[in-house]
Amino acid sequence: MSNNHNRPLSDVEIRVKALESLLVEKGLLDTAAVDALIDTYEHKVGPRNGARVVARAWLDADYKQRLLSDGTKAIAELGYSGLQGEDMVVIENTPDTHNVIVCTLCSCYPWPTLGLPPTWFKSAPYRSRVVSEPRAVLQEFGVNLPETVTVQVWDSTAELRYMVLPQRPAHTEGLNEEQLAALVTRDAMIGVAMVQAPAR
Amino acid sequence: MNGIHDLGGMHGLGPIAVDEEPVPFHHDWERRVFGMFLPLFALGIYNLDELRHAIERMGAPAYLNTSYYEHWLHAFETMLIEKGTLTRAELDARCAQIATENR
Repeated sequence: MSNNHNRPLSDVEIRVKALESLLVEKGLLDTAAVDALIDTYEHKVGPRNGARVVARAWLDADYKQRLLSDGTKAIAELGYSGLQGEDMVVIENTPDTHNVIVCTLCSCYPWPTLGLPPTWFKSAPYRSRVVSEPRAVLQEFGVNLPETVTVQVWDSTAELRYMVLPQRPAHTEGLNEEQLAALVTRDAMIGVAMVQAPAR
Repeated sequence: MNGIHDLGGMHGLGPIAVDEEPVPFHHDWERRVFGMFLPLFALGIYNLDELRHAIERMGAPAYLNTSYYEHWLHAFETMLIEKGTLTRAELDARCAQIATENR
């Protein structure tokens, strides 16, 4: 961690540097291993994985059924598994029911399919409010649901992680898996956005 | 156990600040903290429940006034000290040394 901005390090930067340097000196930490982990989770694992799962489910009814009955196994069929995705439950948005996920206690999130969570997902305001006033929170994200639509909020745990299967937008009949996956956003798989139809 | 981490339904915590950039890290130090999580776990310094418990013991003011990866940093320090891998004095001395070098 270099200080190349010509400013004094902040307290937290100093603490991180102190911790890392002590652990490296004691032979407990390898800087290259830390670098590699950062690179993997910053650049290689992310919501494009989940988008592919969604697109497959939209195109293949049998796959969708497997996904909804055993999420972990069906997601692993596409090669996504591992840390923070050991027990996955996929919940389907329908015209009658809208689902949204949270981790009220901390930040539990399905890493293999969605990558690392956005800051707001881990923040006190989202965690406190989405369970008590989900419709208001969804409105702030631009999702306005009619009163007739049921909203279900799913609180993740350390062991069990949820992911939303969004509704397939209209006018996407001719699209292939890759084209459909490109429409699917991270926020749609958290449940705070709808998947938009492609511009026509 | 009840604690400040149990935020579901709590009032008065302000608006949701949606990220302008959909990136996992906003500062380089956050990357370093994230990158230490798995190696320390693999070394057996903590299991996930111990790590979360270290965060849940922070106390409300500290918990609410620090950012997410500061929670992790606090938990790493706590666990490493409690398991006897590092001492508070070692950490404090190294922090003081780095602070002096960067003035």
